[in-house]
Order: sequence, then structure tokens, then C-alpha cells
Amino acid sequence: MSTMETPAPIGSAAHPAGRPGAARLGYRQFRYWITFTRRTWRSGLLSAICGPALYLTAMGVGLGTLVDHGNGLPGGVRYLDFVAPGVLAATAMQNAFGLGTYPVLGSVKWFGNYRAAINTPQRPQDVVAGHAALSLLWCAGVTGIFFAFMSGFGTVHAGVGLLAWPASVLTAAAFLMPIMAYVVTLEDEQKLNTLFRFVMTPLFLFSGTFFPWRQLPGWAHPIAYATPLWHGVELCRSLTLGTAAWAGSLVHVAYLLAFAVGGYLAARITYRRRLYR
Amino acid sequence: MRVSGRNQPSTAPASARGEILIEARGLSKHFAKKGAEPFTAVAGIDFEVRRGEVFGFLGPNGAGKSTTMRMIGCVSPSTGGSLRVFGMDPAADGPAIRARLGVVPQEDTLDTEMQVRDNLHVYGRYFGLPRAVIRERTERLLEFVQLADRARDKVEPLSGGMKRRLTIARSLINEPEILILDEPTTGLDPQARHVVWDRLYRLKQRGTTLILTTHYMDEAEQLCDRLVVMDKGRIAAEGAPHELIARYCTREVLELRFPLDEQDQSAQKAAGIAQKVEVLPDRVLMYADDGDGALQAVRARGLEPLTALVRRSTLEDVFLTLTGRTLVD
Repeated sequence: MSTMETPAPIGSAAHPAGRPGAARLGYRQFRYWITFTRRTWRSGLLSAICGPALYLTAMGVGLGTLVDHGNGLPGGVRYLDFVAPGVLAATAMQNAFGLGTYPVLGSVKWFGNYRAAINTPQRPQDVVAGHAALSLLWCAGVTGIFFAFMSGFGTVHAGVGLLAWPASVLTAAAFLMPIMAYVVTLEDEQKLNTLFRFVMTPLFLFSGTFFPWRQLPGWAHPIAYATPLWHGVELCRSLTLGTAAWAGSLVHVAYLLAFAVGGYLAARITYRRRLYR
Repeated sequence: MRVSGRNQPSTAPASARGEILIEARGLSKHFAKKGAEPFTAVAGIDFEVRRGEVFGFLGPNGAGKSTTMRMIGCVSPSTGGSLRVFGMDPAADGPAIRARLGVVPQEDTLDTEMQVRDNLHVYGRYFGLPRAVIRERTERLLEFVQLADRARDKVEPLSGGMKRRLTIARSLINEPEILILDEPTTGLDPQARHVVWDRLYRLKQRGTTLILTTHYMDEAEQLCDRLVVMDKGRIAAEGAPHELIARYCTREVLELRFPLDEQDQSAQKAAGIAQKVEVLPDRVLMYADDGDGALQAVRARGLEPLTALVRRSTLEDVFLTLTGRTLVD
């Protein structure tokens, strides 16, 4: 055996003094995900740019031309103006599903990074907070790019429309946190397919993203109101069209916040149960 | 250090007694099962680990070793008894305790797509270490585990032994006072095992407290100052390896092979020669303090074994005596 130097002697000086708070611990987990994401952000960025460009072109120039030449939309709104904020909110939701499912299940089941983290001073709630923070930062980036394209296509009709961007991030949070809380309890990916097929896709189609929700049969209206995506779409749309009212907007924000905060609190519990067995 | 089964007195030498780092009293872990009785993984065990010791948990699969390790590592709350690590309660002070522990889990939890050195960097950040400190320690630790030349390589293509050594290096980034190793060499080839043993032996020499579980009796004999043999969630025996051999085995074992159809008859004929005779499917084990003398006595009774081997008793003999030969999956 070669004569290697052994690690330095142990001493109390080796350990940083004081106990870090929740914010610092969560930040450390966030930093881990930043390092992790450095490998993958390029391909993600590419789809984040290509996606909205293709969507807005197809919807606005293609389908939009047909709709606008027909009976049109209530209030004479251009179809592109109508659909773009809807797709902004829906993009936020889709990203939340993507980031809250496989990366979470992989972290707890296949890659071992959650288990590695909790063998350090990290706690389950820090793991939730740091991972969610990175996921939301990513959502903010993707929806930010989408919003920039929307502006370029002339679909933002009011200064207050800029708030549609944070509103879309809030929509992402409303989905991300409950999804993370649920997915960390799973043992395999079978149920993820169910989540995508029977939750995400119907929401995408029937929350007023592509057509006015009033077109749905009356019995479906309460279902639409109950979905966070409907609130996200309505909020983003009213902001970019310049039709937002304080009361209605606050209700939308409160509803989305309730899902985000409730999901976060649930995730703290489910992460603890899963990681501290 | 002193380690004891629930009803067994301490046998630790006075010279080994240092500061108590871990103390368990009646420590238990039950897992609730839907519609069934709770499963008991650890059924009330007592032990102490003192600074600078190498302490082993031996036992068959399902004996409760890993669960005990996870409780010590503050990632599995106990359901009964008490546990103190560095004098603190894992339930209340888990993060503070973990800041002073290093953990080498049974399965590597490395980020395989990251570079070798990045694995140490991200781990060091979890402990709040400054960047410069992490950089300096990374260099030193990769040198220590003989991976300095792979620092910029991705982890994925490394061999199993290299990944294990990297996991050990990563677990040392915070310069832990206690290093917990759950089956550190399982699945490694003999060369890789010996490299890991060498590194662990160096840590032991510099006074790091090591706690390990292992299936390899030679590993336990080589590394452990003291150990407990666990079976069905309880401590079946405790002591230094040589003490356990002296307590539960004879000094030597005579291994005899007879034609298979004569094995039982031969064993009966040799009865009384050794302190204990065990008939296995392929050979007869005779436990005696004087193996050569026992062999002479066997031959004096007119028995001619096909092969005869006298060897010293090992921890494996103790282990099989205490936990049986039934396969546990």
C-alpha cells in the first residue's frame, strides 16, 4: 500500500460553530440542485424557447386566423390574445408536473440524492424547500421566456400584464407542491402515468386554456372553478388583456396560494415520513 | 468501550474506556404494518460506544443491524428505549448530531453523472463548509482514497471499489468524529476490499470512531475492537473477537470428510472425542482445543477420513453457532 496522508486530525475547530437556520439549510439544498442543473439546463432552455415560439405561431397564425374569421370570441378578443395567457398558465402547470414527478421519485428511489442529503444536517423540510425552490426558479425561467414571446407577438395589452409572469409562477407552485407531497410517497412510476393522463391532460384541456370555459356544459362549471389551472388561466388572461379586477384577482391569488402553501405543508409531512423511516 | 447484551456484564478492558459517544438502553424499533402485527426490527438492545473504538454489528439479514445504524445516524426515529449520540437526543438534535457524523450507506448514493470532485463539493456544502475548505479537503481525501487522478472524471464509469472509496471520501468531508459504515465492502472483489480495509485501518489508527456492519467475519476480526452479534433484533453476544471465540468456541476445529453414505455413522463413532460435533451435508466439524489430538483419537477408533483439516476457530464459527445455519433472505 502506498503511503498516503491520512485526513487531518479531528478537532472541535473542524466544525462550524452555531446551528444554521431553516433558510440557510434550504439554501444549501437549493445550491445542490443548481449544481445538478448545470448539466441539463441547455437542453431544457432549448425546449423552453422552441415550445412557445411554435405554440404561438401555430395557435395565433394558424388556428387563430380561422377563429378570428369565424364568429370570433366574446368581446372581439383576438384568439391569439385569448389563448396565449392560457397557454402561459398551462405551461407553468406542465412544468410543475414534469419537475414534481420523475425528479422527485428518482431522488427518493433511484439516485439516492435525498438519502445522501439527510445523512448531513439537512432535514426533510430543507430537502423539500431547496428542491421546490429550484423547480420554481426553473418554471420562472420557462414562463419568463414564454412571456417574452407573448410580448413579442403583441398579446400583452396592459402594463399590469407584466404581473401575468409571477402569476404563472404562482400557478406552477400551486401544482408543484401538492405533486411533490404525493410523489414522494410512491414506490414506482406506474402512478405517475395515471397522474399525467388523468389529471394533467384533462386540466390542460378543460380549464379554459384553449376555449372560453363558458362553452363547457353547466354541470362542468363548478369543476372548472375548483381547478387551480382555471384560476391561473383566468388570472393571467385578465392581467394581459387589462380586464383584471381587484376582487377577482385576489380570489385567484388566494386560491392558488392555498394550494401552494397547503401542498408545501403536506410535503413537509410526507417527506419526513419517507426519509425518516 | 463497553458493550453489553441486555443481561450480560461488561468485559471491556479498562484501558479501552474513553468518553462515551453513543449510549443505547432498551433501544427498539417497530414498524407498523397495515392489518398486521407491527414488525419488530430491533427488540430492546443496550450498548455503548466510546471514542476511538471500532465497533461492529454482525448478524444475518434481517437481524436489525442496518435499522440500528439508521437510528444512530438520526434518520430513523426509535420507537422505544433511549438513545444518546454525543450526549444528545436524535429526535431533538438530529441535524446537530449528523453534523458530526460521517455515513457510508449500504448502497452508494453518489451523483453518478457529476464529476468525482463535485460529489465532495456538493456534500461539503450541505455541512456549510467554506469553498476553500472543501477544495483543500477534497484534494486531501481523494489522495487518501487513491482517486486523485480521477478527480475530474464522471462517477458513472468508475468500478465498484472506486465508488465505494469515493463514498468513504465523501463521508469524511466534514471530518466526522464517528464514521458509520453499513456493509462497506459488500460486493467488492478481494483486492478492492483490501484497499478499503487499509483505508479504514488508517482511520482507526488516527482515532476515528468507526461503527460498521458486515457479513464478512474476517473483516470484523481485522477491524473491530469489539462487536455485537445480533439475531432477530436482539443482541445474542458481545465482546472482542478473540473473547467471543474463547467464549463460544473451542480453540481449534477439526474438519473431516467421509464418503457421504458413511458420514452419520462415522460421526456417531467419533462421539465424545470433541467438545461438540456438528454434521454438515458435506463434512463433519469437531470442535476441540487440540485438533491434532482429536484427529489421532478419530483414527484410533478405526475411522479413516478422506480428508482431515485442523484449523483455528474463527468468528465465523461463533457467528454460525449463535445465529444458526438456516439461510435468511
